[in-house]
Amino acid sequence: MNLDDLILQFQKKDKTAFEKLYNMYAENICGVINTIIKDVERSQELCHDVFIKIWDKSDNYDASKGRFFTWILNIARNTAIDELRSKTHKNQKKNLPVHSFVGIYENSEDLNDKIDTIGLQSLLKGLKNKCILLIDLLYFKGYTQKEVSKELKTPIGTIKTRLRSCISELRKNTRL
Amino acid sequence: MDIEKYIASGILELYIAGALSPEENLEVQHYAIQYPEIQKEIEAIEAAMLQLTKTVSPGLPADGFKRLKPELDDVLPFLPTASEKKTPWSSYLGWAASLLLAVGLLWVYLENNNLKSEIEITNQEKQSLEEILSDVRDEVADKETLLQALRDKNVTVIDLGGQTISPRSYAKAYWNKEEENVIIDAQGLPEPPHGYAYQVWSLKLDPLTPISIGLLEDFVTDNNKLFTLPNPNETEAFGITLEPEGGSNTPNLEQLYTLGAVGP
Repeated sequence: MNLDDLILQFQKKDKTAFEKLYNMYAENICGVINTIIKDVERSQELCHDVFIKIWDKSDNYDASKGRFFTWILNIARNTAIDELRSKTHKNQKKNLPVHSFVGIYENSEDLNDKIDTIGLQSLLKGLKNKCILLIDLLYFKGYTQKEVSKELKTPIGTIKTRLRSCISELRKNTRL
Repeated sequence: MDIEKYIASGILELYIAGALSPEENLEVQHYAIQYPEIQKEIEAIEAAMLQLTKTVSPGLPADGFKRLKPELDDVLPFLPTASEKKTPWSSYLGWAASLLLAVGLLWVYLENNNLKSEIEITNQEKQSLEEILSDVRDEVADKETLLQALRDKNVTVIDLGGQTISPRSYAKAYWNKEEENVIIDAQGLPEPPHGYAYQVWSLKLDPLTPISIGLLEDFVTDNNKLFTLPNPNETEAFGITLEPEGGSNTPNLEQLYTLGAVGP
């Protein structure tokens, strides 16, 4: 069964299809959440909640609006950011963290061993900080192209070509 | 369309990130269907991002999908139940019953209002009858008083006969010497013309000396035509003349209507 059919079955509330999608994307979703909230246990709880949301809102997914992965990525990011905001609200001295997803292993001695720091390092090998920042803002923090352009004070055209070369670099590393 | 250039623009990377506008998303999807190279490129970018995001995973929640599965809502198809089929009949019955009750209540309310206004009317009638009764009682009492006055042993009754000007007129005087008053019964006198009134005189006959004892005031409106006048005089005869309104000092004997002498 190809991805499109799987998604169709899932939208018909087929639990088997949903289980397949879970197995395909759960690690990615949990990973994205953890890079934002930096709390393994809470990330796993939220990851669970995100999949419940995905199931409940299955009717909302529309292929014309983008990839399925993009859709669930967006739900995960929003859930994690909401969590962060409500936490920040409770303890207002803490600001939203500015670390990129790379920070997840830079100061993670007390975290568990499950994070594939070696895999991450090999994927990011040769990527400039500019690239890591760009990938972080667009994929892990959910910025729109306009927001990134404003944040980095760089024209959208430049952002796009830079992103293209950064992802090409990343893709070279994936083939290693 | 230059596919290479389109791919190189970086728009597909933004597409995977979800950073495009809805219009741009539609455009990318449209080209992806049209050009397999674009679809392939999209999938490659997504694969790279999947690999990247997977490396930062802290691991799946305990029991993963096993724990998730029981929490997924089952979509229950809508099936009307047997009790729901019965609903219209019992609901119509209910509506009918409540309509009947409403009509009944309205009728009771209106009936109650009718009875209230009937009671009101009856009360008013009762009150006016009581007033009439009270008037009648007063009248009876007045008449009894009058009768008693006329029957008093000290009363002398004098017949006043009609005179030249009005031979058919007559009157009676009930004179109580003790109480020094006289009741004139003027029923036999015609109505005085406008601007005139009857004046009653106490007469001494030798020589003829008239003393006015009063006017028969409001003659026309007085129902029983009985007038009580003071009379302290040693009267030998009573006469009634027609005088201009307000009375005269001396009687106009040409207008003497009735006259009667006090008997011995």
